[in-house]
Amino acid sequence: MRASNMTGEKVITADKLTKRFGDFVAVDQISFEVEKGEIFGFLGANGAGKTTAMRMLCGLSLPTSGKATVAGFDVYKDNEKIKKRIGYMSQKFSLYEDLTVKENMRFYGGIYGMSDAFIKQKTAFILHHLHLENEGNKLVKSLPLGWKQKLAFSVAIFHEPGIVFLDEPTGGVDPVTRREFWNMIYQASEIGITIFVTTHYMDEAEYCNRVSIMVDGRIEALDSPSNLKKQYNALSMDEVFLQLARKATRIES
Amino acid sequence: MRTLKFLLQKEFRQIFRDPSILRIILVMPVIQLLILPWAADYEMKNIKLAVVDQDHSEYSRQLINKITSSGYFTLTSYSGSWEQSLEQVERDKADLILQIPLHFEQQLVKEDEAALFMAINAINGVKAGLGGAYLQRIIGEYNREVRMKWIQFPRFNPDTQIEVTSSNWFNPLMNYKYFMVPGILVILLTMVGTNLSAINIVREKEIGTIEQINVTPIKKYHFVLGKLIPFWILGLVVLTIGLTISRLFYGIIPAGSFITIYIFAAVYLLAVLGLGLLISTHSANQQQAMLLSFFLMMIFILLGGLYTSIDSMPEWAKWITRFNPVSYFIEVMRMVILKGSTLVDIKMHLLIMCGFAVGLNGWAVWSYRKRS
Repeated sequence: MRASNMTGEKVITADKLTKRFGDFVAVDQISFEVEKGEIFGFLGANGAGKTTAMRMLCGLSLPTSGKATVAGFDVYKDNEKIKKRIGYMSQKFSLYEDLTVKENMRFYGGIYGMSDAFIKQKTAFILHHLHLENEGNKLVKSLPLGWKQKLAFSVAIFHEPGIVFLDEPTGGVDPVTRREFWNMIYQASEIGITIFVTTHYMDEAEYCNRVSIMVDGRIEALDSPSNLKKQYNALSMDEVFLQLARKATRIES
Repeated sequence: MRTLKFLLQKEFRQIFRDPSILRIILVMPVIQLLILPWAADYEMKNIKLAVVDQDHSEYSRQLINKITSSGYFTLTSYSGSWEQSLEQVERDKADLILQIPLHFEQQLVKEDEAALFMAINAINGVKAGLGGAYLQRIIGEYNREVRMKWIQFPRFNPDTQIEVTSSNWFNPLMNYKYFMVPGILVILLTMVGTNLSAINIVREKEIGTIEQINVTPIKKYHFVLGKLIPFWILGLVVLTIGLTISRLFYGIIPAGSFITIYIFAAVYLLAVLGLGLLISTHSANQQQAMLLSFFLMMIFILLGGLYTSIDSMPEWAKWITRFNPVSYFIEVMRMVILKGSTLVDIKMHLLIMCGFAVGLNGWAVWSYRKRS
């Protein structure tokens, strides 16, 4: 159990947060809290509403009803203030393929208002850390997917946000790179960054401090992986997930 | 301001790395301006004429000679049968039939009067109208010549005659290229401005980077300016290339000042870039954006006064042209280039264009949502 960095301070709160698209209730009154420094797993089948919930917290999507705060700011009123304090890595790869690694870092660092000195130093640090010193001036499109994903994560936390939202960050990545990616997540968590991550991989769920499992827009279970396994009388998170996901009636979209 | 610097740096890097953008900016104006003005020719030449000569006289031959030597007509068939000529029209081998009836010469000499018959294929309205008019003028001239030869004019002409002499102001030789090239240049600028900005933003939507931008604390107007400024500069580059080509290949030297053209173009580009922006905020992908801008471009061109005069349009169409930015710029270009109009003369146009720029950009910024 990795709880050393948790202070009990709530950095994300959601209270009956709901999003409707017409008649369709994508997210149905979800309530939860995430503590500072926590690695919070956000699980659910495709179409369960994970991405929509995450987009509301990031200020990309306006909630229909309910309350939520991120980093102490209200998602309705202060969404632009929230944006300064969070990092976000979307499902779609979102670095500029026609810019080099360094140019991407400079651009994203720059629009978050980082100083030139900071950008230079941080870029050097990341490239060294990822052993990509020789790739700094290469166009992003020339790099393999695994590296791109690691770079995207580094760029998401480039401006040292308090919270980072990761939407299926390891989709389509090989097991070795997946492992390395999670090492990066742990390192970020160790320096106090709260991690909010969605995933399909149940082995990854085991790495989280707590996980919530969404079914048809609602949170059906929320606890630490070990407690969930006990509660559902299961040997692995896989079994827990299958038991819950079978209840789903919504057609996968 | 610092944010804007980073945005501009990124945009310019991407533009210079994208060979297709550079191709559009450099090759498109060159090709369009070198080819289109020659094809979009207002003068009707090579009108296919079928002559039904049932008279076979000296006079009929003289008339035909006069017609074919005018340079506007090509004699495609010469026969004595009306049916045969009509068949030529049906097969689209003739645009006009001129029938010279039997005893044409006889009647002309004896009775001072003879009839001719002209049939026009009106499928192509412009060709038919102009062809008919040309032919009538030639016949009229021929008529005068014949009268001169045969009739001894009395000292005072019994008929009152008004002779019209005209001179063409601002384009004395009626060189239609002076008229077309500035217009084509406007269309070019509109296409480059609208498409580049629309496609660029929609592409960011497609590849998902716009979401990454939307999750940053970047201000909407920063983002929009970051997109506008690079394409605004590119638009002015295209204008410069276009004016250079007009000068080198068509010898078009504006009678007015380049400064007037550039000032108007600067505001005009803002307006069309705003339109591109607006298209991009309402399109989910590049296809939609292309279709939408293609649709608008058709209206802009056909209701812009490039090919057809706005003054001769029906009232409702004239009303639409007032909402067409292209029509203002085409008019301004022609005013400045041919007539030498100054900023004072185009004051109203400029004010209206400022309105377009503010309106379209305001609308675009307003409808661009960082949050859905």
